[in-house]
Amino acid sequence: MADRGRNLRQGYALLAPALAVMGFGLAAPLLLMAVTSLKSQSGISFSQGWTLAQYGEVLGRASYRSLFLRSVLISGAVTLVTVALAYPMAYFVAFHARRKFVWLVALTIPFWTSYLLRVFAWKIILGFNGVINSGLMRLHLIDQPLQFLLYNPFAVVVTLAHAWAAFAILPIYVSLEKIDHSLLEAASDLGDSAFRRFLRVTLPLSMPGVIGAAILIFVPTTGDFVTPQLVGGSKGTMIANVIEVQFNSVGNWPLGAALSLVSIAMVGVLAGLFVAGARAATRSAR
Amino acid sequence: MSFLSISQVSKSFGGPPVVDRVSLDVPRGEFFSLLGPSGCGKTTLLRMIAGFEAPDSGTIAIDGEVMNAVAPHQRPTNMVFQSYAIFPHLNVFDNIAYGLRKLKLPKDALRARIEAMLSTVRLEGLGNRAADQLSGGQRQRVALARALVREPKILLLDEPLGALDKRLREAMQLELRALQRKVGITFVLVTHDQEEALSLSDRVAVMEKGVILQVASPRDLYDRPSSRAVADFIGEINFFHATVRELSDETATINAGLLGVLTLPRANLAPGIKSDDHILLAIRPEHVGFAAPNFAGQSVTGEIAAATFLGERSHFHVRINGRSDPVAVSGNAPPVGPVHLVFPPEKLMGLPVSRDA
Amino acid sequence: MKNRALFLYAFTYLAFLYVPVLVLPVFSFNNSEFIAFPLSGFTTRWYASLAADTAMQHALGNSLKVGLVTALLSTLLGLTAAKAVTHYRLKGAGAALGFISLPLFIPDIVLGISLLLLLGALGLPLSLAAVVLGHMLVCVPFSLTVLIARFEGFDRNLEEASADLGENGWMTFWRVTFPVMLPGIIASLLLTFITSFDEFLVAYFLSGTEATLPIYIWGQLRFPERLPTVLALGAIILTVSVGLVILAEYVRNLGVKKPMVGA
Repeated sequence: MADRGRNLRQGYALLAPALAVMGFGLAAPLLLMAVTSLKSQSGISFSQGWTLAQYGEVLGRASYRSLFLRSVLISGAVTLVTVALAYPMAYFVAFHARRKFVWLVALTIPFWTSYLLRVFAWKIILGFNGVINSGLMRLHLIDQPLQFLLYNPFAVVVTLAHAWAAFAILPIYVSLEKIDHSLLEAASDLGDSAFRRFLRVTLPLSMPGVIGAAILIFVPTTGDFVTPQLVGGSKGTMIANVIEVQFNSVGNWPLGAALSLVSIAMVGVLAGLFVAGARAATRSAR
Repeated sequence: MSFLSISQVSKSFGGPPVVDRVSLDVPRGEFFSLLGPSGCGKTTLLRMIAGFEAPDSGTIAIDGEVMNAVAPHQRPTNMVFQSYAIFPHLNVFDNIAYGLRKLKLPKDALRARIEAMLSTVRLEGLGNRAADQLSGGQRQRVALARALVREPKILLLDEPLGALDKRLREAMQLELRALQRKVGITFVLVTHDQEEALSLSDRVAVMEKGVILQVASPRDLYDRPSSRAVADFIGEINFFHATVRELSDETATINAGLLGVLTLPRANLAPGIKSDDHILLAIRPEHVGFAAPNFAGQSVTGEIAAATFLGERSHFHVRINGRSDPVAVSGNAPPVGPVHLVFPPEKLMGLPVSRDA
Repeated sequence: MKNRALFLYAFTYLAFLYVPVLVLPVFSFNNSEFIAFPLSGFTTRWYASLAADTAMQHALGNSLKVGLVTALLSTLLGLTAAKAVTHYRLKGAGAALGFISLPLFIPDIVLGISLLLLLGALGLPLSLAAVVLGHMLVCVPFSLTVLIARFEGFDRNLEEASADLGENGWMTFWRVTFPVMLPGIIASLLLTFITSFDEFLVAYFLSGTEATLPIYIWGQLRFPERLPTVLALGAIILTVSVGLVILAEYVRNLGVKKPMVGA
């Protein structure tokens, strides 16, 4: 207790297990993936020697490039829609709800069903004979079932926006809740209308929560193959579907590795650009 | 050997020493305070007595036993922390009883002891109260009770009254004093509030930058500070530059510049001052007098620059010729017009010019 | 006026969240293999068939096992790392935290695949143990977040006070550190368990022959006649989760004394 040197050693010792596990489970595998992406597969084993052929394949093929583009657009759309819809909801709970805890619980309950079943539920709702179509037909509002609801990017966006709603609401709520109310009172005292005050004080101060929510949603959605597979159809496949196929059957593991790494890099760069851009925009908006 | 003996203790945290070769002796049963500004090393010294820091050199002994190698949980000391450190998951009773677990007292004996302590700190009936429902003053008393119930040889208090508002603090100061007298345990208190140190303690050690400037009773610190630093820290004071003209066994004749030539009792000079030395004459604001218009003795003419009404007395800043800083005077309303300040020689203190010893 | 509009929005949003979820119980009682309107009458046969579904029960058991182990290990790692980072001034603590939180920024599919490669390279079989490792990667960042928040509110003096009052290191941990941290520990256990229980992407690649519940469900989704049974399962999971949260909230409020007047 008395010796500072011993204290520090204790501290590092406590940190070591977590670092070791993460090192083993994260660093080593990713390294391995990088290595694998530089090989090529013949039959069920890897051939000797290194090659950049896989990257050539990934970046060269038009179909892959368009798939990357589509994935980014879909994830981007999902992020935008989810955050935009969630913000007023979080705002309501933070500033106008009387029993905040009850609202928060009510908002998270839908997410205690299995993720797969939630996606499947949308399949049921949007399908040809699904809830919306059969309901509308019953009410004689349409004669033929609507075709555009399912098996396309639209369905993927709607499903993912629903699935990730809680991940948007909670971070935004937390950053709104933290705003010191005396700041808002000061803004009013200095002449701002409620709307101006929102734009000049509330919104900028809630930005960290918004940015956090955006990243939290954008990154995982790029790697989801379940939703595209269930509701995306052929028009709504995303990059993760292609990756999954490479690893499931005897696909092309090096190709899959290369696809994965390019995918992470792309997502990482975009996320980084987004955060930097959002911060700059917040600063200049003062 | 005294009860608490600190001998040449030093401690540094990788830079200049925070505690620099400090030696102190505290007799049994004394209320002793460590007084100084933030960063002077007083809290570090206290934590070394408790065992939470180890001295780089020097020894600390309690009741004859050297404590350097003894872990905190085995020392005969108990501490009241600045944040009180009340265990949030235990109620008042369990908080106070916490340190008695090892004694394995039978239930009735334990209950009796805790109840007695509750009444000593005037928290009767609050045994069942949850920790998060206590007021600041109550938490402070629980922290006290928790430490005292173990009957330590020394009770250490780390700025225990800092978090309380003024009125509560003053009330708690009286209680603390009475409590110490009642239980008779040696108290060592750390504070930056000189009023607190002066009102509570039998003796005070004034610290600055890791070094002890002076150890004395509150009266002696106030009336006979040994250096400018101590005089400056304790209460308010006026300084004048002067030179020693002549010294005899009983008196000292001082050439006091603006104040003229004065003769003071020799005892008013700090030890070690010699003839022809450049010194500082110091006098407290309440000892500077306003002369009546027909006063015949030595006085200095001045003009009131500012006056503050403080209730029973008023505080004045008086400008005199040849001096840029005003003289602080504390007293009742002076006559109108130019004032004449009287500096009674027996109230003047002579201090060495350098800031430290 | 603005309030009214916002209130309306809130309720509409809530409805949007719940409607898909309500599909589950509604059609789990529907007496038809086809998931479409109009409804065909009430039945409990789908629930009954769950009792006979040994494959499902086996998968459920696997998910519970994996969930419990993941929760315990993730919370333990999160506890030690959180204490290390908040109580000691370690150099590079920020970098270490960033590294541990990396899985939050990597799509789960990549985590699963890279672990698959690692196991292949080491010659280790795919198994529930591998799933636990994968889930730990995902769950430790959550555990860490909860526990760091809890540690930061923890008065350092409490442990010193305990030592001052005569308790050695181990007793101090047992009598002070652990009880005060307990709500955080329970929150971490719950959060990591739920995350692991529902996790599909990583488990999909690593589980080998032993299926977890989400993998079992995925397998069933391609058979239309199995669907109502699967919905029944989903409805049960939902009910149990809601029940657990209500129970947890009730227990949490048991330990809190009502404030007294004039303290």
